[in-house]
Amino acid sequence: MEINKDLIAASSTPIVLAILVEGDSYGYAILKRVRELSGGRMEWTDGMLYPVMHRLERDGEVKARWEVADNGRKRKYYGITPRGRTRLKDEHKQWQAVDATLRGIWSTRSIAIPSSPLPQGA
Amino acid sequence: MPTHSESAQLDVQIDQWRNFLRNRRAIQAVDVVELEDHLREQISNLTESGLAADEAFLVAVKRIGRLDALSNEFAREHSERLWKQLVLAPADAAEPQGGITRDAIVVFSLALAAALLVKLPVLFGIPMVNANEEFYLRNASLFVLPLLTAYFAWKRNVAPATLRWLAVVFVAAGVFANVTLFAHGGTAGMLGALHLPIALWIAVGVAYAGARWKEVAGRMDFIRFSGELFIYYVLIALGGGVFTGFMMMIFEAIGITLQPFVQSWLIPCGAAGAVLVASWLVEAKQSVIENMVPVLTRLFTPLFAVMLVAFLVTMLWTGRGVGIQREVLIGFDLLLAIVVALLLYSVSARDPRAPAGAFDVVQIVLIVSALVADLVALWAIGARISDFGFSANRVAALGENIILLVNLSWSAVVYIRFLRGRGSFTSLERWQTGYLPVYAAWAAIVVIAFPLVFRNS
Repeated sequence: MEINKDLIAASSTPIVLAILVEGDSYGYAILKRVRELSGGRMEWTDGMLYPVMHRLERDGEVKARWEVADNGRKRKYYGITPRGRTRLKDEHKQWQAVDATLRGIWSTRSIAIPSSPLPQGA
Repeated sequence: MPTHSESAQLDVQIDQWRNFLRNRRAIQAVDVVELEDHLREQISNLTESGLAADEAFLVAVKRIGRLDALSNEFAREHSERLWKQLVLAPADAAEPQGGITRDAIVVFSLALAAALLVKLPVLFGIPMVNANEEFYLRNASLFVLPLLTAYFAWKRNVAPATLRWLAVVFVAAGVFANVTLFAHGGTAGMLGALHLPIALWIAVGVAYAGARWKEVAGRMDFIRFSGELFIYYVLIALGGGVFTGFMMMIFEAIGITLQPFVQSWLIPCGAAGAVLVASWLVEAKQSVIENMVPVLTRLFTPLFAVMLVAFLVTMLWTGRGVGIQREVLIGFDLLLAIVVALLLYSVSARDPRAPAGAFDVVQIVLIVSALVADLVALWAIGARISDFGFSANRVAALGENIILLVNLSWSAVVYIRFLRGRGSFTSLERWQTGYLPVYAAWAAIVVIAFPLVFRNS
């Protein structure tokens, strides 16, 4: 299943911030975590994570620092800031509202959502 | 695990990929480090799960994404990076900062010295009043250009022998300005005062280009510097005007008139110091920001070409002759000077190896139409110049006209040869840069010889 580009862009901020709540991390590890959490359903183009991280950094929602990794290379670690936590709470509420709305629609209209890879009625 | 030769091969591939990234303006060196760290970790994970190093590299690069899309994304996030910024103190700690601060200190000291030098004559009983206007006009270039020359001589480590020559030139200029020109006064004196800066500008050029003054490239750099300096100076002057206006206005509001201070201190001292500051800015930004003058040249070359062709066609159509008032010759001198400048600055920005294009044709149309217009004017004036007599003004104007005419005629010949594929563009550059001393020599003749020749005018 391929997720719409706009949806990926919109969800990237809460996902990244939520992952950073678990602890400071760096680009590659963040992407790995996204893949784990989504069960491989969210495929990000790896490079696109970095402009997102830089935007969060500019907005003061994450803070970056350079460290030397085990392999001796410089690595940029990101950590969430108090401002980032506020943003995450805000995003959380918004996504819950979107989620609740969609759930309501799916149930009242009784639109069938295929729960298995096979389309219903096939 | 990859073997030794495999990992060497991988390093080469990553190097290439890194270079591609570095060429994108929106992606900076720190971002490349971050992305490379990502790529390497991806590769090592892939090789651990059994892929060969080169396969892992391809997969990892594909996962990072297409360079175009990536750099677009970076550009959207860091749009300020697409605008070249003039950074006087580099944020990158790797670059040496000492040179830049030392440079700034030297420049601002010299600018201050120039500002004080302007006020020095007041101590010797020559206040800045209308009666001394001619004194200040004659010496204007001597307040500033020696200091500018000194700055470049220091910066470029000019050889002591050249330094001695430059000193002799400035001392001689001081003597001519205040002894011969002063003694003769009148028209010849004024002409000399106007031509002295042109002659001395070459001295600045010798210091600017340093050891490269004999080379085409060295002189071309000086031409580019002169154009950019002009633009920066005009901009600083505009800013200074706004600053002065506000200062006078707010002090006026509390009943204090700054007029005398502005007139006798701020404007003259600021005008002198700004030359040094502007020169320093041009030096600092030359590799950072696009040159402005060639952009203006691109805009105005076609406009001037169309205007001149329209002028010639109208003249032919209506059969009107060129009027022979006194100012006409000076007007046509200025026209030729502008055409030379347009040519010079488009030459300065052109890649000599590029093939001839449409803009070159426009340039030729401009040169040829300017030449025809000038010849018509010269014909009209030449026929009656003996009636007017040979005054200092007229001889100076005629001399300048001939110098510019010769420059443009030969330029046209060389340019057309280039267009027809029979010559290289570098010969045009060589002609233009080689011609620079001619302007200075003529200016020097006006300064030195005119007061002696035109004793009575």
